[in-house]
Amino acid sequence: MKLSMKLAKLCYFCLILSFCLIFTPLAQAEDFNVAVAANFTNPALDIAAIFQEETGHKPVLSFGSTGNFKTQIQNGAPFVILLAADTKTPLELEEEGLGVSGTRFTYAKGALVLWSSTPGYVDPQGEVLKKNEFRFLAVANPDLAPYGLAGYEFLTKWGLLPALESKIVTGNNISDTFQVVNSGNAELGLIAWSQVCKDNTLSSGSVFMIPTDLYSPILQDAILLKNGSDSAAAKAFLDYLKTSPKAKEIILSYGYHLPE
Amino acid sequence: MILSSADFTAMTISLKLGMVATILTLAIGSPLAWWLSRGQGLFRRIIGAIATMPLVLPPTVLGFYLLVFLGPRGPVGQLFDYFGLRLLPFTFGGLVFASVISSLPFVVQPLQNAFEALGELPLEAAKTLGASPTYAFFTVILPQARPAFLTAAIMAFSHTLGEFGVVLMIGGNIPDVTRVLSMQIYVYVEMGRTASAHVLSGILMAFAVVTMVLVQFLNPRRPSSSKAIRNPKE
Repeated sequence: MKLSMKLAKLCYFCLILSFCLIFTPLAQAEDFNVAVAANFTNPALDIAAIFQEETGHKPVLSFGSTGNFKTQIQNGAPFVILLAADTKTPLELEEEGLGVSGTRFTYAKGALVLWSSTPGYVDPQGEVLKKNEFRFLAVANPDLAPYGLAGYEFLTKWGLLPALESKIVTGNNISDTFQVVNSGNAELGLIAWSQVCKDNTLSSGSVFMIPTDLYSPILQDAILLKNGSDSAAAKAFLDYLKTSPKAKEIILSYGYHLPE
Repeated sequence: MILSSADFTAMTISLKLGMVATILTLAIGSPLAWWLSRGQGLFRRIIGAIATMPLVLPPTVLGFYLLVFLGPRGPVGQLFDYFGLRLLPFTFGGLVFASVISSLPFVVQPLQNAFEALGELPLEAAKTLGASPTYAFFTVILPQARPAFLTAAIMAFSHTLGEFGVVLMIGGNIPDVTRVLSMQIYVYVEMGRTASAHVLSGILMAFAVVTMVLVQFLNPRRPSSSKAIRNPKE
């Protein structure tokens, strides 16, 4: 009987221990949580760092897909700000009463490029697409990613969609699409300029900057969420993102355009 | 230093999550596996099937349902609200809950198989010797099923460490709170910091290889058929 008691005690101990571990409050930054569209990871980190330096408020950044964030916000996520990768999601959140009306604004505009990881493969005029001598062109899913939609608009405008449709491989998001091209699995891809530039100059491979009149603007909107309606720090951060010359400089340096 | 402090934090959260989730999954999974192994009824089969669901559902689907289920509009969330408890999503507790659910089949399957292989005989023998069911479970069943318990624990632990879809959905990728190792890798990939992503991925990969080799040793292959044939006169 002794052994069984010992084992039972051990089991209870483990159970109690695990419960204690669950309910141990982790050291939480008492500042505010910001949901950031994954494509804006780098500029958001930089802007958050200088914002914290200047104001002492600490934006705690979470990165993920805009669609995921929407679901999470609808289900009680603690975010006070959403920096979305589109305009639709902030609008829908506002309509659902989860976002504070009148706080939506465009903080960045995406630039679409035709890119290859091979230097010299893409010519500055994008003739490589018309020549059609490649095997695969990676484009993000137009139903899920604004860059995908813009990519299809561009191909349609150039009248290349029928000829190239069978060569298009679809990335789930712009990050997957970049990986497909970067790994050489597709020779070409329609991706974001921000993915392949450093300080607004090409960092590797070869690129064709697609003229902005060939696709609808890729607008990324921010919104203050209901959770943050009383947070002065959250409002200050949005204001900083909107008006600070330093924030604008960072956004530009990472290959985004600024809203007019 | 190759690893940043954020990496260490993510690793700590992952390890803590792995330990807590493994203990809880074993605590819930063992009696469940035992009960499932003791009968063939329709009800048991249905429960058995439900316990296997996390294995076949896409992680994002599981994460989505857990989020809705535990969230402020979900049944469990409203129950929590009623008792004035903090909602689980976007907390460490939420990660634990989600990990227990998604690791359950990895515990139930090996244990149920082991319990079924044992059969009724050892328990009946123990009973004739006057052992109570609890005593018999701890002294007869537990030692005999030890490899299965170890396999279950290792699988639950490593599956929790490798899990991404469910914990991303339920955790919200919040640094220092719910950002586990797999999410830290995701952040690095999004930042284009491939080297950092490689280091962390390498650690996860090495860990996975070691644990899976361990599992292989814990479950030695059945002896080849020639050796298994016994002399009938023996």
